[in-house]
Amino acid sequence: MEYLAFEAPIREMDEQLERTRAMAQESDVDLSAAIAALEQSRTDLLKSMSEHLTAWQRVQLSRHPNRPYTLAYLNAMTQGTFSELHGDRHVKDDKAMVGGWGWINGESYLFLGQQKGINTKMRQLRNFGMANPEGYRKALRLMKMAEKFQRPVVCLIDTPGAFPGLEAEERGQGEAIARNIFEMAKLRTPVICIIIGEGASGGALGIGVGDRVLMLENTWYSVISPESCSSILWRSWDFKEQAAEALKLTANDMLANGLIDGIVPEPLGGVHRNPEGMFASLAETIDREYRALKDRDLDQLVDERIEKFCAMGVVNE
Amino acid sequence: MGWFKRTKEGITTPTEEKKDSPDGLWHMCPKCRVVVNTDDHEAALWTCTNCGHHDGIDAEEYFSFLFDNGEFTELDPNMTAVDPLGFEDTKKYTDRLEATRKKTGLKDALTSGYGTLNGLPVTIACMNFKFIGGSMGSVVGEKIARAIDHSLKNKQPFIMISKSGGARMMEAAFSLMQMAKTAAKLTLLDKHRIPYVSVLTDPTTGGVTASYAMLGDVNIAEPNALIGFAGPRVVKETIGKDLPDGFQTSEFVLEHGFLDFIVERKNMKNKIGDYLRLVGNQPAE
Repeated sequence: MEYLAFEAPIREMDEQLERTRAMAQESDVDLSAAIAALEQSRTDLLKSMSEHLTAWQRVQLSRHPNRPYTLAYLNAMTQGTFSELHGDRHVKDDKAMVGGWGWINGESYLFLGQQKGINTKMRQLRNFGMANPEGYRKALRLMKMAEKFQRPVVCLIDTPGAFPGLEAEERGQGEAIARNIFEMAKLRTPVICIIIGEGASGGALGIGVGDRVLMLENTWYSVISPESCSSILWRSWDFKEQAAEALKLTANDMLANGLIDGIVPEPLGGVHRNPEGMFASLAETIDREYRALKDRDLDQLVDERIEKFCAMGVVNE
Repeated sequence: MGWFKRTKEGITTPTEEKKDSPDGLWHMCPKCRVVVNTDDHEAALWTCTNCGHHDGIDAEEYFSFLFDNGEFTELDPNMTAVDPLGFEDTKKYTDRLEATRKKTGLKDALTSGYGTLNGLPVTIACMNFKFIGGSMGSVVGEKIARAIDHSLKNKQPFIMISKSGGARMMEAAFSLMQMAKTAAKLTLLDKHRIPYVSVLTDPTTGGVTASYAMLGDVNIAEPNALIGFAGPRVVKETIGKDLPDGFQTSEFVLEHGFLDFIVERKNMKNKIGDYLRLVGNQPAE
């Protein structure tokens, strides 16, 4: 397990617990009371920390090195039935965007999501979860397939942004994202979008237009990352904490501003402390959300989706 | 032959962008530096008669030559931005808005209106770059949405002239969602088979490119405009080398298949009118 700077007190507790457990195994002394007490105080500590997380700390949690990525969710939530599909049928297969079919509780779903790499080599292969136009076009191809077969779409969003490269520009990154937003707005099948890590700007929105848009508790969603915002508005990289606060990018802020539909609680301390618990509860959430949408009239579903996004914004007149 | 030869263009920021100064009688082309009388410059629709350079202009100027006789009825003229997040960086967003309103005399970065173009009833929305870089916040999104509603209600074509650095950071996720909002509205135009012409001018980048600007039935651009998703500086940092000549210009974007054609400003009105008559099967009287 790796620890963020502000997780240092948790690290101490974890280590103390580990030492005590090891001691209990080696000796005949009964330490179960001490272990229980330590576990209780660790739970208390995690609870109080979770309640007082700053926006920047949540941004850091969303990028925690032990936090699981899309494919881990898909494999676990579908209990190994996830079957990946590849390619946009135009240029290539974008490894930063994954998609395919799988089962949750007896219903088939078309899943999509940005994929980050788990080590240096994989991070390069996955391009740090930054999709190229062909990734968005693959996503659109698969969404259209789901629409054709009248099955729901689930998008897991985790990206630091759409890739700002030379070839991405040549192949129309802007058009690819625009087209996806446009097509998703009118897709005639239920769409559930869940931010599981980073939700950066158009790169996130490119698979982010849904009937239900949810955020996990320790994720962020905004028009720009706090670092880039700091560098543009403050002309320095040193104001990322202030930028994170100012952008109101946490799940709580996004819900309060009416820009998302709900928050999915994370295991105590964050997903990285109990990924299996998160996978199970997210599968339940998806099941519940889909059952609420599945019998809806499609015309009405699409109309309401369009109306929901059209109502976003605050103006004065 | 000299030892040194200028291979790149010199600094070409026009004076009026550098500081506030009263408009004079003369206009110097920022590209070729030829000087003309300002009345002649306006008659040439703010393009250089010598080198063809298109100066950046905003809604007031576009409306003056796109609408017949420059006559139009403005939509939502009094809509202004609010500060939904209480945003403050080095300046308060509310102060920034107030100062920009005072300086530009504009309410926000978009003006919309309806009138006729070569006799055809149309709704046009145009961005104002001089208002915080033409950035897209709630007002821009809402005014586009309502202009589209006007098009829908009156069954008249919608023309969008984009000119923007992208989303307005001070409205954070609210500005991000304007991408979804405008694209969602455009699906209604599409559904009702009402033509949508997207005109991209210098510059069109970021969230504007990644939403309504790229979604026209036809996407057209003025010559040599900067058009892209990521800005050239960001792309340069990403690839770690200099960008090829002409990267992200209208001509580049046309060549890669994302524009239908490039049109000089002097031909823009007629080209749009001709296109609308063709798709609507309405021969000129």
